[in-house]
Amino acid sequence: MAESSASFYTKSTNKYSGILSWLLTKDHKRIGLMYMMAIISFFVVGIIIGLLMRLELISPGRTIMDAQTYNTLFTLHGVIMIFLFIIPGLPAIFGNFFLPIQIGAEDVAFPRLNLLSWYVYIIGAVLVLVSLFLPGGPIDTGWTFYIPYSVRSTTNVSMALFAAFVLGFSSILTGINFITTVHRMRAPGMGFFKMPLFVWATYATAWIQILATPVIAITIILVIIERSFGVGIFDPALGGDPILFQHMFWIYSHPAVYIMILPAMGVVSEIIPTFARRTIFGYKAIAMSSLAIAFVGYLVWAHHMFSSGMSDTARWIFSLLTFIVALPSGVKIFNWVATMYKGSIDPQPPFLWVMNFIFLFSIGGLTGLVLGSLATDVHLTDTYFVVAHFHYVMFGGTGTIFFAALHYWFPKMFGKMYNIRFSQIAVALYFIGFNMLYFPKFIMGYMGMPRRYYDYLPQFTTLQRISTVGSWILAGTIFFIFGYFIHALRKGKKATSNPWGGVTLEWHIPSPPPLENFVKLPEIKDDPYDFSQLKEMKDE
Amino acid sequence: MSGKNNHTIGYGTYIIVWIALLAFTSITVTVAGISLGKYTLVIALTIAAIKSALVINIFMHIKFDEPIFKVFLGLSGATLLVIFILTFFDFLYR
Repeated sequence: MAESSASFYTKSTNKYSGILSWLLTKDHKRIGLMYMMAIISFFVVGIIIGLLMRLELISPGRTIMDAQTYNTLFTLHGVIMIFLFIIPGLPAIFGNFFLPIQIGAEDVAFPRLNLLSWYVYIIGAVLVLVSLFLPGGPIDTGWTFYIPYSVRSTTNVSMALFAAFVLGFSSILTGINFITTVHRMRAPGMGFFKMPLFVWATYATAWIQILATPVIAITIILVIIERSFGVGIFDPALGGDPILFQHMFWIYSHPAVYIMILPAMGVVSEIIPTFARRTIFGYKAIAMSSLAIAFVGYLVWAHHMFSSGMSDTARWIFSLLTFIVALPSGVKIFNWVATMYKGSIDPQPPFLWVMNFIFLFSIGGLTGLVLGSLATDVHLTDTYFVVAHFHYVMFGGTGTIFFAALHYWFPKMFGKMYNIRFSQIAVALYFIGFNMLYFPKFIMGYMGMPRRYYDYLPQFTTLQRISTVGSWILAGTIFFIFGYFIHALRKGKKATSNPWGGVTLEWHIPSPPPLENFVKLPEIKDDPYDFSQLKEMKDE
Repeated sequence: MSGKNNHTIGYGTYIIVWIALLAFTSITVTVAGISLGKYTLVIALTIAAIKSALVINIFMHIKFDEPIFKVFLGLSGATLLVIFILTFFDFLYR
């Protein structure tokens, strides 16, 4: 194929060169990579904070820090990982880079707005960092900012909240851009049911981003007003309703879980057909289940609040609704497994990462049912069980798929191939480290170990130590992964345009993609996962 | 797209809608001062719904725009309604 056409690295959309050609770019691919740089940097900061927390917990009592430092670290770990890594991770990096290509468009609908979203993200991130160093000290409320403590804490709560407010705007702008792009920019012949499933998932995510994020924005402003002017909105001492805060916080933050996981599910739906060499089983069911998850995800928020003191009627209604959300997720898992059945499976690294995901995410999902049941939730609320559950869902789910997506699309994004042997080792080490780090937390939580404590009873020592050693293995593996990717960038072999034998549009163009994605406008004749076109593609 | 919605609204309509919005705001404030028990909330929410309908239809031109935008707005409105109803399962039975 036209390997000679200049890639988006060598040609830019503006008249500038060097760093300015990146900072002022309107190219969705460059913006995706700028997000990647920023997001991975914050991810590394989050990992280091996590490592420090685990080190503190290697033995009972004070080890390397005092209780207040531990409080600020777990808050920062949560804020950084949730708002700066997991929420924007897949849509902002891979959505930006691949959504336009997968629908046959030259760019997103609003390229300038796209660049603005990146700047808004960076401004939000800088505000988080600034809040650490201003008088008052770093925030210590936990990432959930629960009232009344977040109104009374003397740390820089307002500043950190404002940072989350700004980051929300970046998310909304990206959502608006993606929805418009999907509606207006599809190539001729690319009907809605010819779109790749990653596009469907990102589209559903974009809807959640623009419908749910304003709720947290309003909530944050109300808390800032309450802190600054003493207006009684949430604080009971001022006549407010603290449960109302929890409602409003989770009306956003539960759908946000789906902002995090839906794009990951979209990536899975891309990788499995490619490596099973079979068209996806139940294309429409998977596409519709994304929308169903996006919708039902709105109806379950109060399962985070079973022990908050809300009414019994609300408790059983939300418990029931929580079980319903398992259905569309089950549809996806069933279809993925059915796609692999009798497939010609090629266990390349991206596929192995997906297998890692299915195992870890299933544990996360099933323990979610334990927490969704009223009676067991009361026993397990605010214990390590909850911490283990959400790390299996968020990190085992979205985090694992972040690596799967990186391994799948790296050759396309950079035109270089990484070391396959190293990546196979990394998958195994990641699996071991992950389970060592988080599985003991299920046991400790069940035994009553509360979350967010910097000290513990001696009976938990062995399990805490296993967990800490697991954190070293997991973090070491992640740094190893980044290491071989950086090595591949510098000295890796040149990647072909279609190293995995994929059939969606990104595999029809050179690696790395040309400036305007397509040398000639694609004509969409086949279904997105029709592997009979592979032979034709090879002939080209 | 622009060909279809070059509908212009006269200044008179804008001023009437603006006055209506001010009137509704005054009613909301007045009602909040009268003790009507749980009906206060119902009245406030009804007035708020009428006000947003005016703003969306007239000021935001949705009344004269393509049907797809009405679908989008309807979806957002339905989501908001569901959130309200579910929250009330807590608030009313607490």
